[in-house]
Parts: sequence; C-alpha cells; structure tokens
Amino acid sequence: MTKKKFPKMIAVVLCLAMTLTLLGGCGKKKDIIGTLTIINYAEYLDPDLLEQFTDETGIEIKYEEALTPEEMYTKYSSGAIKYDLVCSADYMMKKMIDEGEFQKIPWDKMENKGNIGQKYYDFCKAFDANNEYCLPHFWGTIGILYDKTKVKAPIDSWDVLFNGDYAGEIIMQDSIRDTFMITLKYLGYSLNTDNEDEIRAAQQLLIKQKPDVQSYLVDEVRDEIVAGNAVMGVIYSGEAYLGKESNPNLEYVVPKEGSNVWIDCFAITKHCENVEYAAKFLDFLCREDVAKTNFEYIYFSTPNTKVIESLSEDEKEDPTLVPPESSIENCEVCTQTDKKVTDLMNELWKELKSK
Amino acid sequence: MNETEARSTNRRSLLSGPYLVWIIGFTVLPLIVIFRFALSDGAGHATLSNITAIFSPIHRKAMWFSLKIAIGCTVFCILLSYPMVMAMKHLGLSKKGFSLFIIILPMWMNFILRILALQMILSNNGILNLFLTKLGFEPLRIANTETAVMIGAVYDYLPYMMLPIYTAIMEINEDVIEAAKDLGAGSFTVFRKIILPLSLPGLLSGTVMVFVPSMTSFVISNLLGGGKLQLIGNVIEQEFMTGNRYVGSGLSVALMIFVLISMAFTMRHNTEGKESVVW
Repeated sequence: MTKKKFPKMIAVVLCLAMTLTLLGGCGKKKDIIGTLTIINYAEYLDPDLLEQFTDETGIEIKYEEALTPEEMYTKYSSGAIKYDLVCSADYMMKKMIDEGEFQKIPWDKMENKGNIGQKYYDFCKAFDANNEYCLPHFWGTIGILYDKTKVKAPIDSWDVLFNGDYAGEIIMQDSIRDTFMITLKYLGYSLNTDNEDEIRAAQQLLIKQKPDVQSYLVDEVRDEIVAGNAVMGVIYSGEAYLGKESNPNLEYVVPKEGSNVWIDCFAITKHCENVEYAAKFLDFLCREDVAKTNFEYIYFSTPNTKVIESLSEDEKEDPTLVPPESSIENCEVCTQTDKKVTDLMNELWKELKSK
Repeated sequence: MNETEARSTNRRSLLSGPYLVWIIGFTVLPLIVIFRFALSDGAGHATLSNITAIFSPIHRKAMWFSLKIAIGCTVFCILLSYPMVMAMKHLGLSKKGFSLFIIILPMWMNFILRILALQMILSNNGILNLFLTKLGFEPLRIANTETAVMIGAVYDYLPYMMLPIYTAIMEINEDVIEAAKDLGAGSFTVFRKIILPLSLPGLLSGTVMVFVPSMTSFVISNLLGGGKLQLIGNVIEQEFMTGNRYVGSGLSVALMIFVLISMAFTMRHNTEGKESVVW
C-alpha cells in the first residue's frame, strides 16, 4: 500500500463502521409492517408518541406539519404526498367533508373511542352531522387575556376592545377569521353569517378600532402580554393557560356576548389504503396514557374525559384548561366555508390593514 | 473541429452542468410556475386581471408605502455607508480587516432572530425605553410604527450597501487622491470629484441589493410594524396564505416588472463607467 492511499483506506473503514453501527441500531426495533403519512399542526403532538406508536405496532409514521389549516389544505390538495390522516380545524373539516376527501372512521375497531366525551362528539355534529369522519383532538375557546392589575374593572365583554378605554394597550389576532368572528359576535350576529351587510359592519368597527390597537399578532400575543407591553389581547384558551403560568397577574375570560369554540379533529382521507392502521393510530391517541402525555405536552383543552378526571382540582377549575359550560353557552363552532364569504373577508381585511 | 477541441468543449459543458441545473431548477421553473398562476383565473382561462389587480386602490397604497420604505432605506444606507467606509479607509491594514469583520459578523445570525431582538429593544417596555426612563427621559413609542420598520430595514440591509462601497473605495488608487490634493483640492472636493464618481459601481450594486429586498420584504413590517402596516409584500403573503395563489402570483409578477423598470432607470447612468459588481 502506498502512503497516498492510506488516508483513503481509513476513510473507507470509518464509513463502513458508521454504516454498520446505523444498521445495528435498526435491527433492535420491531419489524416495520406498514406506514402512515400524517399531516398535523406544528407542535400539536408529542413527537415521542410517534416513536412509541411505531415501537408498539410496527407501523412507521411519516409526519408532516402545517402552520395553518389553509397551508395544510394547500399541501394536501397539491397531491404531491398522499396523506392518510389529517388533523385540522373545524371549518376545514367541513370543507373537506363537503368535498368528499374523507372516508368513514371504522369506529367499531376503536376500543378507546369512549374516552372522548360525548359532549365533544356533539360539538363535531356542527360539521360532521352523523359523527362519521372526525375524531376530536383538542379544543378550546377564543377570549381575552388581560392583566388584572392594570384594568379598571373585571372584564366580561368584548366592549373593552372597542370602546377606547384601553387605547394603545390592545393586541388583536392577526388572523382574518378569528378577528372577524369575535367582532361579529360583539355586534350580536352569528359568526357564521353570510350576510354581507353584517360582515361590512364588523369591518367598519375594526377600522374604527385600528388606531387603538397596539398590534395585530399571532404567536406573540401571549409573550407581549406576559411582558407587560400591552394590557390585553385576543387569544386562544390554551395559549392563555401558558400565559397565566408565567405571569400570575393575568386572567382569561370568554366574554358574555359569546365567542368561537374551536375544535381540531383527526380524519382519515380517501387516499388511505390501510384504514385499519389509521384506526389503530386514532385509537392510540384516545388511550388515556397517550392522551395524558399529549395534554402535558400541549396544554390545550383535551376532549378526553379520562384525562380530565385525572387532573388536580386546581387544574379542573381553570377555565383555560377545562372551559366551564357557562362560558361556552353563547359560543359557536365555525362552519363557514363559503368561498364568497372568505373572499369578501380577505378583501375587507386588506382594506383594514391599508388604513 | 478537431478532436482535442471537441473534448475541451465537452469538458466545459460538463462543468456548466451544475450552473444549468441551478438556473433551470431554481430560477426558470419557478418563474414559469409563477407566470402560469399569474395568467390564470383558477378555472383554466387566461386572464390579465391578476396582474392589473396591482392598480386597485388598496394595492396601490401598499405599493406606494413599500416604495417609500425602500427608497428611505436605500438613502439612509448610503448616508451611513460613506462616512463609515471613509473612516475605515484610514485605518491600518489589520484594523481594516477587523472593522470589515465587525460589519459582516451580524450577517452570520439569522435575520429573523435579529429582527426579533430589535423588536424586544424597541417595544414599549423594551430595553431602549428602560434605558431612557433611567436617564430621566420620556419613553419613546416607536414600536409598531413606520419608524420601527425603517430602523429594522436599515439595520438589516446596511452591510449589503457597505460591502460593495467598501470594495469600490479600496480599489481607488491612492496616487489619484494624492495628485488631487497636490493640485489644491480640499477633502470635500476630493470626495466629490474622485471618491464618489469612482465608487459609483459599488454604490449602484449596493443600491440594487438594498432597494430590491426592502421593496419586497414582508417579515420586517410584520414583526416591527405589529401587523398594522401593509407593504405590498404583506398583501402578496396574505393572498398566498388564504389560498389565493393566482392573485398572489399576479401581484408578484407586477412587482417584479416594477422593480425591473426602476432598476433600468437607476442603471441608465452606469453604461459608460466600469461594470458594477451585480450587473
């Protein structure tokens, strides 16, 4: 062997050694019997659970994430990847059910389906009339997170966002749908309205409110209020819980005019060839220990009654974790998928932002 | 053509392989896709309405605002770059390298992280206001305003202006400046008659590299404008995020055409002199 070749030989040996170690690692695992491709919101499932599922069943998971239901839909409908399972928002479930994208969940193959409270299946009836397609994953409300040491009186109405009392101290959601929904509720309309005059009235109110708004944000609402940069903000209940954890002065309320109660669900797509595997995964998610791990990873409200029962008294009474019946009395599930309505809202939103 | 020539041509075209793959895969194909969406109404019919949508009042307003931010940012960058580069020019060789390093250093960090840091500095309860109140001044309210967006844009794009200007000025032969001084030119005249004209190629490529991204940016205005300010980039983002890729692509194409026209206008002065780095 010449001197020159020597380093090359070392490289080859090292490469071989590395490959062997990698292969050796694979050998210990259970044999892979199949694959499921799943698309979900980002940070909406404890990634360790995916590995646990593969270890238990031998079904490999290909996991994709999307930030918004729209992004999920774009990825799904491009057809580049054939997803077996999707998880998304209520209105997106409705849209996809209407388009015939889903197949029925084989409920009889799912032992743990009863862990999900009947109440949540009833919520789903708003978009899945016979509870055929959707398995509730997490749910919650939209409300106001505020610093109770900085407000003049306890807050119970959306009015505080619009009456100018807290000018410059308000953070709104930078989300067309959410912001229109709460404004429509404040005006006393249904958040699923398709009446153009009502939607325009909501926009006029938002335009009037804009000078009082400190900023329109999505993910940073919580941090800004925790840091004390604003007194109040429109926020999802799960985010509000985390906010309260890091700043005890904060309080969360679902205003009395009502709000949106949102529910994210899993569904099996029409592309899924092995429905049995998909059902196994959904059943896995309903299992108490799995749902608990997931709950502790995300801290949104879980529809799993077994998990709710296992919570401490303090946690059970926290309206951000377990929204009480009274707070969701006037709330509605969003089922608006009419393209005319969403297009109108998009246009009106751009106009609002250009003011 | 003899055999050796043929072989060398072959080898050369082999070398241009990666370039071709890059150009086709990352420039030509995406452009075709964008143009296809831009010229389609979603139902398979050809239309120009997505591109002419740029003339609607809301889009026009966003466009003007983008233009304002882009021009403002470019001017500020130029005004900041020249004094800084002139100061660097007179440093010793090792210090010169170090000062250049200091300028490039922030570029090693992801720009969104830098903007997030700036957001924390400028926010109402942020570091800047903490500092000001400690010193007994009134706190400033620049978070979520045009000023904040402008500060962010200048902060982010300044190196792209400084580097080409630095290169251009360092290339100027010291003898030329000496000669001017011997003939009685003051330092301002030296700058106006020698340094400025000779650094023009750097200035122009810097302008392109600052003007274009600040014109099309949407992240800076989202993070520092608090979602209250709408640049044309934000409009395009909204169109794509709400699933309306046809209008989104149409507006992108219109913006591209606009940028091309404004660049042609800037570059007209550059035909005689030295070729600039970018063009």
